Amino acid sequence: MERIPILKMGGFLLITIQVDMHDRLAMTLQNDVTDMIVKTRARGVMIDISMLDMVDSFIGRMLGSIASMSRILDAETVVVGMQPAVAITLVELGLSLTGVRTALNVDKGMELLRSSIERKEANGAFVRD
Amino acid sequence: MPLSVTESLALRSSEDVVRMRQWVRARAVGIGFSLVDQTKIVTAASELGRNILEHGGGEGHVYLDLPTHNSKIGIQLTFEDKGPGIADIEQALKDGFTTGGGLGLGLGGARRLVNQFEIASRPGEGTRITITRWKGP
Ligand SMILES: Nc1ncnc2c1ncn2[C@@H]1O[C@H](COP(=O)(O)OP(=O)(O)OP(=O)(O)O)[C@@H](O)[C@H]1O
Ligand SMILES: [Mg+2]
Repeated sequence: MERIPILKMGGFLLITIQVDMHDRLAMTLQNDVTDMIVKTRARGVMIDISMLDMVDSFIGRMLGSIASMSRILDAETVVVGMQPAVAITLVELGLSLTGVRTALNVDKGMELLRSSIERKEANGAFVRD
Repeated sequence: MPLSVTESLALRSSEDVVRMRQWVRARAVGIGFSLVDQTKIVTAASELGRNILEHGGGEGHVYLDLPTHNSKIGIQLTFEDKGPGIADIEQALKDGFTTGGGLGLGLGGARRLVNQFEIASRPGEGTRITITRWKGP
């Protein structure tokens, strides 16, 4: 079956979407990411969409569900590399991607994941005291 | 002046929606649409194509034309299905209205992404939506 690969890098999962996804493929990805978070105990998920030339309401909804499901599993999600034309179109479509963190590129996304995980750990330590 | 030829594509599966997006993109590139204009018409097409699969009885057709008006060229897409139709079009166009599990953004969003949007629907007979985006500015 056709699948989008999920790479494990350190404590993070990295997904680069390189194809124009049909809806079932997007659903499969959503399930695969959740499984992988549980299996690998990843604390962060980065989804690189720099090669996507279109995000419609379905793909937007999938990004939102990955973000909220990973949050429940104590992992942070960041979506990186959205093309400007895609961002402009999303706004006009009316999709706000609330709850989805975004960063300009992979490096910035990595920084964001690291700092939010450090912050969470600091808070956790404080609560445990 | 070249005669505009209508092309068509059958929509039955979500793979067909992907094929349609690529087809619309190629035509938009072909007539020199900007990247933003390409993205808008492709996104609108994706929403309306998926609506046929989800709400319009699961199959239908898309027709593509390249009309000209006042020496401007554009892309016109017509989405046709013989599904259940839409009883209250005003309501269906409102952001957030959905009878499925969606966000209810597809119809209203598609209308915002194009220059012209026409919808004709009759309960029990089907739905026809025509969208046009002109090459800007
Ligand atoms: N081709 C169609 N045939 C019958 N009903 C339709 C058709 N297209 C849309 N509708 C109706 O209009 C409603 C709104 O459509 P719209 O695309 O805005 O939202 P949605 O498809 O429910 O969710 P989303 O597109 O955000 O995933 C649908 O829920 C459905 O009831
Ligand atoms: Mg829809």
